[in-house]
Amino acid sequence: MMISNGIEDEEKWLAEGIAGIQHNAFYLHRALDSNNLREALKYSAQLLSELRTSRLSPHKYYELYMRAFDELRRLEIFFKEEDRHGCPVIDLYELVQHAGNILPRLYLLCTVGSVYIKSKEAPAKDILRDLVEMCRAVQHPVRGLFLRSYLAQVSRDKLPDIGSEYEGEGDTVMDAVEFVLQNFTEMNKLWVRMQHQGPHREKEKLEKERNELRDLVGKNLHVLSQIEGIDLEMYRDTVLPSVLEQIVNCKDELAQYYLMDCIIQVFPDEYHLQTLETLLSACPQLQPTVDLKTVLSQLMERLSNYASLNPELLPEFLQVEAFSKLSNAIGKVMEAQVDMPVVGAISLYVSLLTFTLRVHPDRLDYVDQVLGACVKILSGKPKLEDSKATKQVVALLSAPLDKYDDIVTALTLSNYPRVMDHLDAGTNKVMAMVIIRSIMKNKSWVSTSDKVEVLFELIKGLIKDLEGISTDELDEEDFNEEQNSVACLMHMLYNDEPEEMLKIICTVWKHVMSGGPKRLPFTVPSLVFSALKLVRRLQGQDGDVGGEEVPATPKKIFQLLNQIIETLSVVPAPELALRLYLQCAEAANDCDLEPVAYDFFTQSFVLYEEEVADSKAQVTAIHLIIGTLQRVNVFGVENRDTLTHKATGYSAKLLKKPDQCRAVYACSHLFWVDDQDGIKDGERVLLCLKRSLRIANAAQQMTNVTRGSSGPVTLFVEILNKYLYFFEKGNPQITASVIQGLIELIKTEMQSDNAVVNPVSDAFFTSTLRYIQFQKEKGGAMGEKYDSIKLGG
Amino acid sequence: MVLVLALGDLHIPHRAPDLPAKFKSMLVPGKIQHVICTGNLCIKEVHEYLKTVCPDLHITRGEYDEDSRYPDTKTLTIGQFKLGVCHGHQVIPWGDLDSLAMLQRQLDVDILVTGHTHQFTAYKHEAGVVINPGSATGAFSSITYDVNPSFVLMDIDGLRVVVYVYELIDGEVKVDKIDFKKTTTPTNLPH
Repeated sequence: MMISNGIEDEEKWLAEGIAGIQHNAFYLHRALDSNNLREALKYSAQLLSELRTSRLSPHKYYELYMRAFDELRRLEIFFKEEDRHGCPVIDLYELVQHAGNILPRLYLLCTVGSVYIKSKEAPAKDILRDLVEMCRAVQHPVRGLFLRSYLAQVSRDKLPDIGSEYEGEGDTVMDAVEFVLQNFTEMNKLWVRMQHQGPHREKEKLEKERNELRDLVGKNLHVLSQIEGIDLEMYRDTVLPSVLEQIVNCKDELAQYYLMDCIIQVFPDEYHLQTLETLLSACPQLQPTVDLKTVLSQLMERLSNYASLNPELLPEFLQVEAFSKLSNAIGKVMEAQVDMPVVGAISLYVSLLTFTLRVHPDRLDYVDQVLGACVKILSGKPKLEDSKATKQVVALLSAPLDKYDDIVTALTLSNYPRVMDHLDAGTNKVMAMVIIRSIMKNKSWVSTSDKVEVLFELIKGLIKDLEGISTDELDEEDFNEEQNSVACLMHMLYNDEPEEMLKIICTVWKHVMSGGPKRLPFTVPSLVFSALKLVRRLQGQDGDVGGEEVPATPKKIFQLLNQIIETLSVVPAPELALRLYLQCAEAANDCDLEPVAYDFFTQSFVLYEEEVADSKAQVTAIHLIIGTLQRVNVFGVENRDTLTHKATGYSAKLLKKPDQCRAVYACSHLFWVDDQDGIKDGERVLLCLKRSLRIANAAQQMTNVTRGSSGPVTLFVEILNKYLYFFEKGNPQITASVIQGLIELIKTEMQSDNAVVNPVSDAFFTSTLRYIQFQKEKGGAMGEKYDSIKLGG
Repeated sequence: MVLVLALGDLHIPHRAPDLPAKFKSMLVPGKIQHVICTGNLCIKEVHEYLKTVCPDLHITRGEYDEDSRYPDTKTLTIGQFKLGVCHGHQVIPWGDLDSLAMLQRQLDVDILVTGHTHQFTAYKHEAGVVINPGSATGAFSSITYDVNPSFVLMDIDGLRVVVYVYELIDGEVKVDKIDFKKTTTPTNLPH
């Protein structure tokens, strides 16, 4: 109730004030039009009296002030035109001091003063000094601030700056500086005084009002920055010390914070760099509640940008020892403000780190130092739970990654892992993902096992269950994404040197092996293929180099591979393991290691027998076994016989007849390899084909019985195609008449009473016959072969 | 003209981390009408990426694919052409063109797109074409040594298809092309 009344009242008073101004302005204008000095002075004084109010908040007072300001502009023009009023400015200056009340008197005095300076009938510095002193008479904060603001406004373009028309004998830049400094000092005092005026319960309102006025005070610093005559020396020796003295001595938190920030924003970065010591030494002298971290962060950010835009100035940064000065200053702040929350402290160091990375990117010791300081802050405290603080730590750790495209550089910072250790498990993983993404994006290779060790320590949150989190609690999608990232990461670990590469693989395995059943299916394949690539590289080489035994041999790697793939049994992932064993078998074949290859095939068969139960999975698995076996040539007769026997045996035992049929005729290829020295056992090929034919027949009968119509003849056509394949390859067991017989069989089946038209098998048969026709028409040896096969009828 | 992208055997993340950057920059969404993938992506992120290149996506199952629901074979008609897709680990001997031709006859297609060997091939025979786009990431293969990343872009126009093969060799993308024309009617056969 009280507040709304207050606002309504203020509106009323403002309206009254404006009305008063307008009223007097009317008469003022009349006076000006008739060049009546006396009347002009009278009405302008009355007008200005409205500004004597103490009932308005700064925001509303400003509105009143602006109207008065407009009128004073007119008045100034009038004052300047002496021929209109006939009063010399020097007399005018005297005359206006007779105004009744002090505030109007001073506004008028400043206005005349402006004209006086312009007239150059007296040195600018004298008039300015007089005015700035006289304004002391108004000690009410709001009124005084606006009055002095007016003074600053009208004097701006009349300061005896270098190159200005007001510069002269005895009128120097120094005088301009002293004037502005004094006005600033007085304004700050008024501003600070506001803090002690209101009763305590209106504290928030007070702060708001103070903030509304702050730019009036800050403007003076801006004016100072615009004075051309101020060079670095003057800034360093006069301006900055004076300003800092006022800031420190006023002991007001609001003012100190605002003005420090002002200095940083308003004066050139070059000056800040050269006066760094002075600027920073003021910091510990400020009120303990001042948000120094923001001030320092602003400073560092400006200097960072300065360095970025002007890389040629980097030596200067070194020369003034910017880093150590800033670092020390921060240290002092940390000591003084023991209760600073972690988020604040870390964000301060993030700014310092950004600065360091921009200005001294080659000084890894500096970067490490900053990280070390953070470790100290985080030590002795429980793991971070504050999300803002965590974000800051992630920003801290990400900065070196962004800067150094090569992750390896970041990995050499000894404090980097120590900072990570203080993150809670969840954030640790987030950071680990950031690291991996950085590596993948920059395509940075990690090329030694030492570095891999450091890297995997850093990302250990992804590799195994850290305390506090169990895999069961994790979101599945997130988990998969993490693990896939780790799998991708493995492809960036590489060294040309086989010895080192093997060390890398072993290091990775050491970390990854304890990942548990949920992680192994992701990590094992990547590692296996890394190892297989290494095997291939070593293929041509001998076991020993220069007579000495070398650790990196295919045999040793296969032993390792065996161990690695074996761990999939804890998942369990038999289908994956089977595929990987087959990959190894083929690789061992390429290395001419018969026993090793045999062993891998054995493992695959064992998994097939004992673990692959799903019928569809069995079909795929057996085809993979057959396909691999078909390609390997390292086996002697006995071993080969054992394996092919197993393969065909299992093929015939698949659950569904069509699957059996197809797997068995696939086995026919085990006995015919097109290579020069490849096996070419025509009889066994034919045996397989005949067997598959029998199975197809049985399948046909079964569908007759169960569905009452003849089944698709597709299987027969497939088998026919296989016969044609071996016929063309020159298998003596497969003659034209055999093929002819099969063709007739299919035709009969298709034309039988029970036959259901099956477009798929029809088309297949048609295209097969078309193929035969095509081969016949080829002529030459092929044409001859096919000659005796008749398609007609 | 209809553009059909054919690729496969990416083996992400088991054998490769990602498609080569130069390929990714070429596969701009909106330019391609159909995508055929022979399989072995292996994870769904790859599926999602391919969908952004073109929503009309056809995938067959490779033996390492995470999603076991992809079909073993697929047929589709684009313009005048019938296309068949199959990963190829099911056809033994692996990579054997005569055996693949048999599959082509079985599926009754003009163009058979197949993979598994990581080796680009374009084989023309009496009934059509067998195309293997190779491995788009250059993934390790037990069958082919020194695999270069490759993929195929088919431009189907009436009865003609131009097969462009893009291969990344020593960091540079090299293009080659092969022309195929389809005969309008099959020769009549006594049946």
